[in-house]
Amino acid sequence: MNIPNITSIVIFLPLIGALLTLLAPNEKAIKWSALGVTLITFMVSIGLFLGFDPAISTAAAPQLADLSSSWFPGQFDIKYFVGIDGLNLLLIMLTTLLGPIVVLSSWTYIGKHHKPYYTLLLVLQTGVTGVFASFDIFLFYIFFELTLIPMYFIIGIWGGENRIYAALKFVLYTLVGSLLMLVALIFLGYAAGDAVNAGVFTTDWFKLVSFNMPLEMQGWLFLLFALAFSIKVPLFPFHTWLPDAHVQAPTGGSVILAGVLLKMGTYGLVRFCLPFFPNAAHEYAMTFAILAVIGIIYGALVSRAQSDAKKLVAYSSVSHLGFVVLGIFAFNTEALQGAMIQMVNHGISTGALFLIVGMLYERRHTREMADYGGIAKSVPVLTFFMVLSVLASAGLPGLNGFVGEFLILVGAFKSDVLASPFLVALATTGVILAAVYLLYMVYRMFWGTIDNEANETMMDLNKRELGLLIPLAALMIILGLMPAPFLAKSEPAVKNLIEVIETKRAASLSESVVTIETDVKSTSLTTN
Amino acid sequence: MQPDFLIKLVILLPLVGAAFNGLVGLFAPSYRKNEGLIGMVATSMVAIPFFIAVYLFVGFHGDPIIVQAFTWMQAGDLTIDFAFRIDQLSLLMTLIITGVGGLIHLYATGYMHGDDGFWRFFAYLNLFIFMMLSLVLGNNLVVLFLGWEGVGLCSYLLIGFWYKDLKNSAAANKAFIMNRIGDFAFLIAMFILFKEVGSLNFDAVLAGGPGMDQTWINWTVLLLFIGATGKSAQIPLFTWLPDAMAGPTPVSALIHAATMVTSGLYLLARLSPLVLSAPTIMAIITVVGALTAIVAATIAITQNDIKKVLAYSTVSQLGYMFLATGVGAFYVAIFHVMTHAFFKACLFLGSGSVIHSMHHVEHELAHDGHGHALDPQDMRTMGGLKKYMPATRMTFLISTLAIAGIPLLSGFFSKDEILFKAFEFGYDGHLVGWFVYGVGIITAFLTAIYMTRAYVLTFEGSPRWPHSDSIHPHESPWTMTLPLWVLAALATVGGYIGLPAVLGDVNWIHHWLAGEGGPVAEFAAHTHVSHGLEWALIAIGSLIAILGVFLGWKWYSSEGIGFDDKISARFGGLYKLWQGKYFLDEAYDKAVVRPLIGSAHHAFNPFDKYVVDGLVNAVGFFTRGSSFVLRYMQTGLVHSYAVAIVFGVVLIIYLMLF
Repeated sequence: MNIPNITSIVIFLPLIGALLTLLAPNEKAIKWSALGVTLITFMVSIGLFLGFDPAISTAAAPQLADLSSSWFPGQFDIKYFVGIDGLNLLLIMLTTLLGPIVVLSSWTYIGKHHKPYYTLLLVLQTGVTGVFASFDIFLFYIFFELTLIPMYFIIGIWGGENRIYAALKFVLYTLVGSLLMLVALIFLGYAAGDAVNAGVFTTDWFKLVSFNMPLEMQGWLFLLFALAFSIKVPLFPFHTWLPDAHVQAPTGGSVILAGVLLKMGTYGLVRFCLPFFPNAAHEYAMTFAILAVIGIIYGALVSRAQSDAKKLVAYSSVSHLGFVVLGIFAFNTEALQGAMIQMVNHGISTGALFLIVGMLYERRHTREMADYGGIAKSVPVLTFFMVLSVLASAGLPGLNGFVGEFLILVGAFKSDVLASPFLVALATTGVILAAVYLLYMVYRMFWGTIDNEANETMMDLNKRELGLLIPLAALMIILGLMPAPFLAKSEPAVKNLIEVIETKRAASLSESVVTIETDVKSTSLTTN
Repeated sequence: MQPDFLIKLVILLPLVGAAFNGLVGLFAPSYRKNEGLIGMVATSMVAIPFFIAVYLFVGFHGDPIIVQAFTWMQAGDLTIDFAFRIDQLSLLMTLIITGVGGLIHLYATGYMHGDDGFWRFFAYLNLFIFMMLSLVLGNNLVVLFLGWEGVGLCSYLLIGFWYKDLKNSAAANKAFIMNRIGDFAFLIAMFILFKEVGSLNFDAVLAGGPGMDQTWINWTVLLLFIGATGKSAQIPLFTWLPDAMAGPTPVSALIHAATMVTSGLYLLARLSPLVLSAPTIMAIITVVGALTAIVAATIAITQNDIKKVLAYSTVSQLGYMFLATGVGAFYVAIFHVMTHAFFKACLFLGSGSVIHSMHHVEHELAHDGHGHALDPQDMRTMGGLKKYMPATRMTFLISTLAIAGIPLLSGFFSKDEILFKAFEFGYDGHLVGWFVYGVGIITAFLTAIYMTRAYVLTFEGSPRWPHSDSIHPHESPWTMTLPLWVLAALATVGGYIGLPAVLGDVNWIHHWLAGEGGPVAEFAAHTHVSHGLEWALIAIGSLIAILGVFLGWKWYSSEGIGFDDKISARFGGLYKLWQGKYFLDEAYDKAVVRPLIGSAHHAFNPFDKYVVDGLVNAVGFFTRGSSFVLRYMQTGLVHSYAVAIVFGVVLIIYLMLF
């Protein structure tokens, strides 16, 4: 089965769906069209999974690619260029999977302004998918910024009491990073254009990768890019927008935020920072690894101190994504593969945790753990899914979280770049701490006797809610026991990436004389 | 039939049972009342694997059989397969797990009768068997680790089984987190092995591991041992096990006595060639084991809760096993794992039978409106039960004598072998051997005393519960007493597979595990203990046991619980220390738990709120503040802009020129 332009279809189908919801006459039609479109998008995206062959090298071009000619021929080599390779396939699948889940989770949660809500959700999905699928970094940037606007409104309109503050903080914080990235991007486009594209400004990913940047330039550009992505991840100490955004966002917003929006940061580090600036990435690897490990421990401890269940889960993301960043900066296949699969795993298990906290909120209109207690008695099925998600999130072997964490840590431990068993041992304490704060949440909310009458009569999961959680629970088990077929999809791309990094580093270190020459050229270019 | 298929069946059947009872019970509440069906499914899903294991055992030829199921993870140089290994060690463990496990399942169908969570209980119990089998049958460290954490999960679920009482859930959390501390060390040991050896398969680890740098070997073995101290409840991580008694008693018997807590010993036996190449760490292992043995035994003497006595006794016996491991007698540790599984499971199930009928007494008291509160686990309100519960009493007595090391019962042989190996180690010139032998002898004496005390207080003398003249406990149903008899029989004869060397070359378990082609290595002593000396050691061990039982019987049958006061008076502060469990829980609470949680609440959380986020907000505030000032420059007057532009141009030209 070959669908032409399948990648573009997966990206833009939700946008077309957004038009549909805009035209839909009533609430029911809005919801069903949103659900229908996201479901169809997911089904089409299975074609991506089946159509992508990891055996075919993507070193020169992505698979299932759609490519336009340059938008500004002769002046700027900027174009529509999307496709699939091992690095983005699973993240796109995760996005399309969470699409219908987010729609369905909002079914009764969203009580006002249905039309703009579902429309914005669909626009957001196009933005996120586009971010992952872009092979032109300018196009990437457009999609990256496109995700900001719908998320801003989703938090700002359908959020909790303090929603305006949270939404503004989210947008401003991200914007600061991304604008600096834009500056770096333009600079990079010129420099690369000069070196590898006959003097024409280029943002083609493959050309940028082939451009071996002078060492002196790498540091600053790397930092500007990395800052933008670190804010998005969020890496300690740039994380404080996250708990605010999560607590205020409606459930659907939280799921999409934790599930995929944060991954734009870690993905950006892998896709751009590593291959564009390999020397700088190496040089700063230890700094980022230390921040990641601080994030793992710090996020866990702050998580334990929360009394609000949603905030607890939000801080757990800081801790979990610390593992991903650690894996990225270990520069070997094991750790990077771990980071890739961990991005997906985190989306699934944290997504499920946010869904469940949201379901409880819908019933009791509180997220304070103290308002619950002993509810395992009244909602046994919900409890089952909660405990399963908690265990997946805590990295219990046999469930998905373990696979990513184990690969990351085993890889980071043997990493020649980090070369610090002590640091990895510190990171591994996150495994203990995750059990501490997650089991505490279960303890506070689910075990004991019910002392609040409102909890006594709470309804257990309905069919819609079961439909949300069963696919996620199934994936926790499948990815926990049989991650191999999924890992196989990204392995060649990850290996290739590491090879590219090594080759470029080796080349630039041996040709330091040449670098000085190009450096002169690039400075003359900037003064123009 | 093919062993490939059979071993998959052994592992998968308990999982099928768990999934069936668990999911059907969860989603179809009407199924939950079906106790007969639930119990039958669960029990047969353990019993069938037992018979398959017997078949495999009988037909085993000596060469390990590796069964590859499928690839679990693959990334870079790391490949982890779901692969299983059938050899002498894993077969023996499988027999213990499914055999004792099957009996305990049967017992539990009686014990848990009428409980709301009957279905849930058996789902967890089956899941536990699956995880435990993965642990012992896995062919690499990661599959072992899957089982390792999996049994920890089941332990968590079953300790907190009666979740309505938050105390139980707190004990469950404690168990899980303390185990995770051990697992943390286990993980790092795996990282080291992968970095240095390049694989986590047992064959590769055992081939390449001993060739590592000595520092790495030491770290690896030490970290694995720390992992074992968590799972197998050794100093410093043993305090979760007594709390784990909050779980239903069959759980205490299966998980917290017979199987899960012996995982650490299995791990070290499995990796025995590697452990042997770290003699320094072995010294640590044997000393920690010996200290745990004596520390737990002294606590056991002071306990009044029958399950707590057995819990500390388990910790103490596990200490014995580590003592053996640390002197290089891995097969003896496994021997004691087996005999201990028999008599300790029997003791726990016996205590469960007692608790079961004391519950009945408690109900009667409440029913008759006597208004007496009764703790069904407190030995102070028991006594004289032998009249009402003859089967429970007889099996309990047999097991008590077995654990005390009375000659010719199973515990005698395995304990004697441990003490002999410790002695031999000392005789061979290792000072530490003498030390642990001495501690072992004292512990053996204490064991005989506290177990006799528990037996006498429970079954002998006259009843001490209120209205004992009119309210009588009952013997438990056959589903509960049958397993007791089988286990008591095994506790009697199970030791004959490990006859002492003085009788000639008749030690079957030594041949099986550590013989030619066997999976378990051992420390080879250079100087051999003479037969005369060995007989003397056997005599000392026997006398110590007999003396302990005799004294315990004499003291506690004449003076009852009151004799505790005499001991208390005699030992004073020391007794307070034992009674207070060496105040380890309090120390951990002060030194670790409170600082950690306190810092989370009072340092990290405020720091995040006011410092990290405060800085972010300060930047925002500054921006707003500066724009407040700067907006006065946006006057909208063209001439003022022009002036600014002129100044700017002049400045730029100046900068460019100079």
